[in-house]
Amino acid sequence: MAIQVKYFASLRDRLGRAEDRLDAAAGLTVAEVWAMLWPDTPLPPNMLTAVNMEYAEPTQIVHDGDEVAFFPPVTGG
Amino acid sequence: MKIELRARPFDPLLELGFYQAGLSELQGRYGATAIFIGTMRDGNDGEPVRGMTLEHYPGMTERHLQRIVETAHREWPLLDALVIHRVGELRPNDPIVLVAVWSAHRAAAFAACRFIMEELKSKAPFWKREDTAAGARWVEHNTPG
Repeated sequence: MAIQVKYFASLRDRLGRAEDRLDAAAGLTVAEVWAMLWPDTPLPPNMLTAVNMEYAEPTQIVHDGDEVAFFPPVTGG
Repeated sequence: MKIELRARPFDPLLELGFYQAGLSELQGRYGATAIFIGTMRDGNDGEPVRGMTLEHYPGMTERHLQRIVETAHREWPLLDALVIHRVGELRPNDPIVLVAVWSAHRAAAFAACRFIMEELKSKAPFWKREDTAAGARWVEHNTPG
């Protein structure tokens, strides 16, 4: 399956890129998507995750074609 | 109901006037309009701030703003709501956000305006990066209330 991955704000700056594409076997969780892309970098604490633009827990299963996003706490308004 | 992201500076009071002038069907029905305007300050955490960049997640930000306003409509007897939020480059004194709600009575208007603002700050994916004399820094968390 193919997963589109996005990073925002300070996390994107720290990683040095805004997007990734992951081709992997089906059944991965959000946390496993991160671990496959960044095996040497634990997801920083308090980062938020979204699947298809909805907030998601790291344990949520992703599906082919999903868009997964990782970002720091939001600071709008 | 209108929800908009703006990449350019805007005048919230002009926007409010234009929008309310267009609410002709509601004239005579709303007795209370509550508004909140957030404006960029020239300092934060004890340091002068020269400018700010507001990043967002295109698609997710609009979806969550829409949902927040819809939730407010379900919770309170609102007649209409307007939300305008900046993205992109800001200077001190630039308005960041306008929230306005119209209702028959003030209790619903005050409560819904506050609700929309607090939900926006905790759920809508926006991120602030400040330009200071020491360089750029990301705002890590919002101030409480």
